[in-house]
Amino acid sequence: MSARTGMPDSLDTKDSVDISCRVNGETVAARVPVRQSLVDFLRHGLGLTGSHVGCEHGVCGACTIVLDGRCVRGCLLLAAQADGAEIETIEGATASGRLDALRAEFVTRAGLQCGFCTPGMLLTAAEFLDAGGGPDRSEIRDALSGNYCRCTGYHAIVDAVEAAARSHPRSA
Amino acid sequence: MKPAPFAYARPGTLAEAVALLGAEPGAARILAGGQSLMPMLNFRLAQPALLVDINRIADGAVLRQDADGLTLGPLVRHADLLRHCAAGRGHPLLAAALPLIAHSGIRNRGTVCGSLALADPAAELPACAVALDAELDLVSPRGTRRIGAEAFFRGIYETALAEDEMIAAVRFPPADPNWRWTCLEVARRQGDFAIAGLAAGFCATGAPAARLVAFGVAERPLRLAAAEAALTARGSDAAVATLADLDLLGGGDYPAAYRRQVLGTLLTRAAAALGAPA
Ligand SMILES: Cc1cc2nc3c(=O)[nH]c(=O)nc-3n(C[C@H](O)[C@H](O)[C@H](O)COP(=O)(O)OP(=O)(O)OC[C@H]3O[C@@H](n4cnc5c(N)ncnc54)[C@H](O)[C@@H]3O)c2cc1C
Ligand code: FES
Ligand code: FES
Repeated sequence: MSARTGMPDSLDTKDSVDISCRVNGETVAARVPVRQSLVDFLRHGLGLTGSHVGCEHGVCGACTIVLDGRCVRGCLLLAAQADGAEIETIEGATASGRLDALRAEFVTRAGLQCGFCTPGMLLTAAEFLDAGGGPDRSEIRDALSGNYCRCTGYHAIVDAVEAAARSHPRSA
Repeated sequence: MKPAPFAYARPGTLAEAVALLGAEPGAARILAGGQSLMPMLNFRLAQPALLVDINRIADGAVLRQDADGLTLGPLVRHADLLRHCAAGRGHPLLAAALPLIAHSGIRNRGTVCGSLALADPAAELPACAVALDAELDLVSPRGTRRIGAEAFFRGIYETALAEDEMIAAVRFPPADPNWRWTCLEVARRQGDFAIAGLAAGFCATGAPAARLVAFGVAERPLRLAAAEAALTARGSDAAVATLADLDLLGGGDYPAAYRRQVLGTLLTRAAAALGAPA
């Protein structure tokens, strides 16, 4: 039996775990404390500071990353849970070029000021457009409702996503 | 904030998961989507000694629709079910309720079973489960039992789950084509928990029948039996009048009288949307 948890050895539990995952296309192996959040691991362990940490309880969306193809809150996942997963951060998404149209519209429409919310806004907006989302402003607001912006008042962000939806309509 | 220390286990099967729960009852917590538990850990509102991460258990994401209805394993995420329902399958009440839950990034990760296990009084899915007479399969090292949603929800964050038990599946009966369903709520912003909400069904074929379950207004999903009877016999104005007799939650920014007012408005809107008499 494990002294710490009283678990049978076959189901032993640990304070830190070895993980192996792919981050922005590169294989990463690391030993992480089990209570470290995934976004803290990405920022402090890998130096990928584009994912921001605002609230640490799922409300603001600044920590948004893509895990196995879906936008999720990096602050509500443990680094340990990344084992075996495919992760894309704003750095990887930007380098891939898949955000180019949205990024250009964010600049044109002044959809960012301090930029704290922007990585989460871009990844979430891209997921919305990739799923077939169109230029309907109320649908855009709905899709971005989980991402807080303290600067722009949202209007310019909705403008930017609407413009990207018009200039790059998707069929999906 | 950061969580207090805990040990972490990632079992590969349901049996291993419940063995861990049973090894030290009360000290272990299931980690499913983490969309409610991780905030509680980060705030140190919960400090379990052991987290049992079920995200890799075999066959956990089973989503099956057959003659028995819709069966969902513990790893079916809100977004999975929404996608299933949006294609005209699933159940019309669930299709109406799911978009009201949180935000896309949270629906991508949060699970249906986790929402039932949490039993937040303002959550949509517990009310839907009661409205549809869903059944839950609960598994522990002692075996499996089946329980109806009505008996499962006990109070605020309180359910029939024992400390060594987890929800292995939830089953929603097949949709009856004669019934129409909607889910309406009032919240401060899209994705916030409801101030008051209503899961509503109406059947106009043959003898009229109604199903009304409120959420956000009581300690658990609240079946509005008197309002159901009044709606079918006399129409929605009579149904709204029955709400005066209910003992509703108050507190915080929203006194009981306000929740009653909101619930009445939702009932009127739902009745109109479902083609029930005014
Ligand atoms: C910003 C924000 C807004 C939200 N808004 C809403 C909303 O409007 N409506 C709403 O309903 N929810 C909302 N949620 C919560 C969300 O829906 C959660 O996904 C859900 O409540 C819990 O599911 P989970 O899989 O994330 O569970 P977890 O967070 O992993 O677990 C929650 C609890 O259930 C237990 N548990 C989980 N799965 C099982 C199981 N299979 N058997 C036994 N116990 C289990 C855990 O031990 C824990 O105690 C919101 C969350 C956030 C962060
Ligand atoms: S830091 Fe994760 S949602 Fe705010
Ligand atoms: S640009 Fe500053 S928070 Fe959005």
